[in-house]
Formats: sequence, structure tokens, C-alpha cells
Amino acid sequence: MKLKAGIIGLGKMGLSHAAIVSPHPSVEMVAVCDTSSIVLDGFKKFSKVNVYHDYIKMIDTEKLDFVVIATPTRFHYKMVRYALEKGIHTFCEKPFSLTSGEGQELVNLAEQKNLVNQVGYHNHFIGTFRELKRLLQAGVLGTLVHFTGEAYGPVVTKEKGGTWRSVPEEGGGCLFDYASHVLNLVQEIVGKPVKASGSQLKRIFSKDVEDAVYSILTLESGLSGILSVNWSDETYRKMATSVTVLGKKGKIICDATEIKIYLKEADNRENLAKGWTIKYITDFAIPVNFYLRGEEYSAQIDNFVDCILKGKQTEVNTFQQGLTTDRVIELIIADSKK
Amino acid sequence: MMDKVLLGDNQFFAVNHLSDEKSREQAIRFKDDSAIIRVLDQAIEVGITTFMCTTHDRIANICDHMRANPDKYKGFKILPCLPYAHKYANAVTELGIVGTIKQYVPGNIFGTFAKGGLAYMNKDFMKLMEIFIDAELKMFKGIDTPVVFIQNVLVDMILGLKMYEVFREYDLYIRKKYNAEPGYITMNMPLLLDALNSVGIENPIICSSINKIGFRMSGGKEIYEKYLTEKTFRPVAMQVLAAGALRPKEAIEYLGKFPKIESVLFGASSKSHILETKELIEHNLKN
Repeated sequence: MKLKAGIIGLGKMGLSHAAIVSPHPSVEMVAVCDTSSIVLDGFKKFSKVNVYHDYIKMIDTEKLDFVVIATPTRFHYKMVRYALEKGIHTFCEKPFSLTSGEGQELVNLAEQKNLVNQVGYHNHFIGTFRELKRLLQAGVLGTLVHFTGEAYGPVVTKEKGGTWRSVPEEGGGCLFDYASHVLNLVQEIVGKPVKASGSQLKRIFSKDVEDAVYSILTLESGLSGILSVNWSDETYRKMATSVTVLGKKGKIICDATEIKIYLKEADNRENLAKGWTIKYITDFAIPVNFYLRGEEYSAQIDNFVDCILKGKQTEVNTFQQGLTTDRVIELIIADSKK
Repeated sequence: MMDKVLLGDNQFFAVNHLSDEKSREQAIRFKDDSAIIRVLDQAIEVGITTFMCTTHDRIANICDHMRANPDKYKGFKILPCLPYAHKYANAVTELGIVGTIKQYVPGNIFGTFAKGGLAYMNKDFMKLMEIFIDAELKMFKGIDTPVVFIQNVLVDMILGLKMYEVFREYDLYIRKKYNAEPGYITMNMPLLLDALNSVGIENPIICSSINKIGFRMSGGKEIYEKYLTEKTFRPVAMQVLAAGALRPKEAIEYLGKFPKIESVLFGASSKSHILETKELIEHNLKN
């Protein structure tokens, strides 16, 4: 029996999720929901799925095993809560919640109902970042000294209004949208940030939200590092995310395509030479049955579906991990107002 | 038949699947259109006659140059691949889907068709698609474009959503309006071929990753090899070097196992590299 799935929110990510969920061999995508008539008409005309304007009606009508929620962030709380209350496994796009109070409620509810819960921080399904995490856990860099988490891209490159992404109260802005990815990577790979200082939320072209975020983060371990994120940088063709970690034994620079390792001395356990070793995504890409925009997008859905089928919780991208990122976002906002 | 050797354009537009750093170096090297034209001219000198490219804004300048020098580019063909997706992807993030349509569709489509409210869209989806295609292809006016491809991000989106009828409409429109063959770029070749066949599109031109290590060959190398051997379609191989993980010689020798492969798409920026790859392809491709 195939799992029955519904998608709520058919923007860029929702359409992408729909296109990945639908061909999954263990899933039947039975329904989609959006407020846009244009998009729903497209589904009506060209596909066989049921379309809904109202997520409550969709959840009440269809017998869903899971939903993917890819609406603007401010809707996450009520939609996720409704799905969980109805006993439906839930995949929610990032960032998870607008306030950590609401996020905590959802984490508790998912746990209480024992439902699979996952957030869409897809970078964890990119092989190079996984390798970075593995190498750090193996201690190849020795005692860590510093880290830098960065993301740059060309989202807002002119002065003009926009969608919910330009409304701060709705989870718009570079901090929620772009920096959240980097914070989540740092938190899961290097360590959990517990303090933000010197935080700058800079407007470049947007009227009401920041286009760049700069901050010094201190982790639980006491290690500090730098966050540098800017979505108004048109020298990048698309979003480029990277993490650099410096240790007493060397340095690793990691992005979605390559991992560059510099060691002062060879590491025989890991078969890494002294000096530079460069490894490429071709060695680490996670095999998928269907590809759209990157293996990671399919791999995260595969993981979610697999957890439902096996009746286990995901280890990667739990709501709890999403909530941790939301809390760090709050730390940065509070610090920037000092 | 398409040419065996198709020169691609990734190297000109900072697309490098192996290294973000290298892609930035490329962006610097090909800052001026003249640098792109110089490489195209070198490719022509070694006997390449087809350029397969996205509908990137800068390709419009290359097309202007070609129209201004008709004798020099006589017999030279361009295979457009539409759309240049990042333009739209970034716009959708910022403006939403409706906002993006408003920004990029010429004229006011909502004014033109909106008389009956939003329900009008239902029957006018095809019109919208046609307007998009026409806008994307405008830059190639007067240039020989025997095949018009849709980019993989769009093909695979439609494929995943199982909206196969869209392919049929695209197929009909490209043949009728542009007197060209429709082509499809995909990361999911076996699934796409089945989908195209299911809506009556036979023997389609499909460009997909084909390489010895199975990189970006979704579902695995085995099913790709089975389709390349047993099914009826016109395969174009791309990512044959698996983003640089393979040496050209072994990579292209592998393609020689599949006589159906009609063409190979590759990107290079030096004359010697272009010549070397061209000779390897011509030597190994059996068709």
C-alpha cells in the first residue's frame, strides 16, 4: 500500500516537493492545496490530483499519511498543528516557526503523537556537508579554533517591493530565508550557538527587511565564529553556502560542490595527506531515483518517507533541530537591537 | 541528424558542477562577450558547427554578432535551451509565481486575458506557454535553430508532476511555429522517455547525463544502459565527464558502447581542448 500524500503551498518549494513526492515509488500524491487559482487550475487541467483552496478541508477530506507544508513561515504553526492533531506525519519547510514558543508547542505535539517530523534544511543531504561533519567528529582538525558560515546569492538586487519575503513579521528577510540555512548547518556540524554578538542586520535594497546578516556566534563548547550572509550579492549566480572550520591541525573549507582539506600533518586513519586534499561531490552524492534541482531535495523526501514506512524518527532535520535554529535567529535579532 | 559534436555554454556562464570557485573564475574570464565569441570562432575553426545554449540574456548579444556577420557564421546552428531558469527561480523567490509572470510575460497578460477573472487561465495555459516560448526565442530570429530544447529543471518539474500533456503541447507548438524539432533535457531519462511515449511522442530527442560512473543518472546506470540499448529515441549525452571526475578518453570511449547516441554535448574554453574532445567523440561515436 502506498502512502497517501498532500502538499500545502505551491510556491517554488511546494511545486518542487510535489514534483519529487509524486513519482516516489512508495507514495501516491493525492491532493494539493494553495490559495492561487492559477496554480490550482494548472493542476486541475494537467494532473489527476485533487485540488483544495483550504488546507483544513484537504486534511479532513483526504485520508493522508503525510503532508508537506511549504507555505510562508507565518502559516507553519497553525498548519503543522492541525496536521499533527489529525495524526498526520509532517514535513515542514524551513524556517520552522516564527517564534520559539510556537515551535516548542509543535515539537511537543509531534512527540506526544509519535509522528515523523522533519524540516526542509536540505543541505544536510548534500554529501560534502555530511563528509565535513564526519571528519570533524573524527577529530581530523584537532582542537577547533574558529569557524565561518557563509551564504551569498542574488535574490534581491534592486530596490522594489516584493512578496511575504519582504515582510519582517511574516518571516521574510535574509535572516529567516538565507541565514537560517547556515545557522542550521553550523548548529548540526560544528555546534549549537548559544550567544550572538555584534549582530548586524543590514538593509541594502529592501525597504522593510534585512538583505544581509553579520554576527559573531559563540557555541556551547565556547568556540566562536562568524556568520556572514547576503542575499543581495549578484556576483553569485545562485545561492552559494559554505562552512569553513579552522583547527589546530588544519582547516576545512566546504560547500555544496567540494570539500577542501588542509592538514599540517598527514592523517593516516582518514587517508588524508599532509597539505591540501580536495574531494568533490561526485564522490559523495546520495543516489536518488528522481532528480530535480539537486539530489538533496529528493534525498530528504526519501528519508522522510523511509522513516514513516519503518515507523522510526528521523535523525536529521527534526522539528527540534528546526526549533534550535529558530532560537538562534531570535538571539541574533535581540542582539542586533542592542 | 544532429551534429555529433555540440559545444555547450556552461563554461561561459559560470556553471561548474564541481567547483563554485572555478565557476567564479569563469565568470571573470568571460566577462566580455568578445571572450565568448573568440571561443566560438575557435570552435568553428576546428570544424564545430553547432552551439547548444541557454536563453541567457548575454546569448542575445552573441546572436546580434552572428546576424551582423552572416558570411562568417553561414551554416552555423544554435540549439536553444529554454528557459534560463535561474532568472525565473530568483524572481519567484522574490516576487512569487504571479509576480514573476507579470514581470516576464511581455504586455499585461492579466489585462489581456483577465476579462473573465481568474478562471480564464484554465483554457489559456497554452497561450501563456506560447508567449513564454516566443519571448525566450525572440533573440534567435534569423538564426538556424533546428532543435529547441526545454531545460531539465522545467522538464523534470513537469515530469514529476505527471503533467505529461504539457510535453505534447510543447512538441506541437515547436514543430508548428518554429519548424524545429523539440528536444528535452532531463536528469531522469528512462522516466521521461516512458512519459513522452505515453502521450504519443515517439523517437524524441532526449539530452541526459550519460557517464561511466552513473553521476546524475537517476534510478541508476543499469536502467540508463538498458534504455540506451533497447529503446527508440535520439539520445544526446551530457555530463559525460561526470563534472570532471572522468578523463576525456575513458569517458568518451564509454559512450561508444551505445551506437544510438546521436550527439555529445560538452563545454570547453580552449582551442586545443575543443579539438581533442571533438576528435575523441568523432572517433568513438559509431552512428
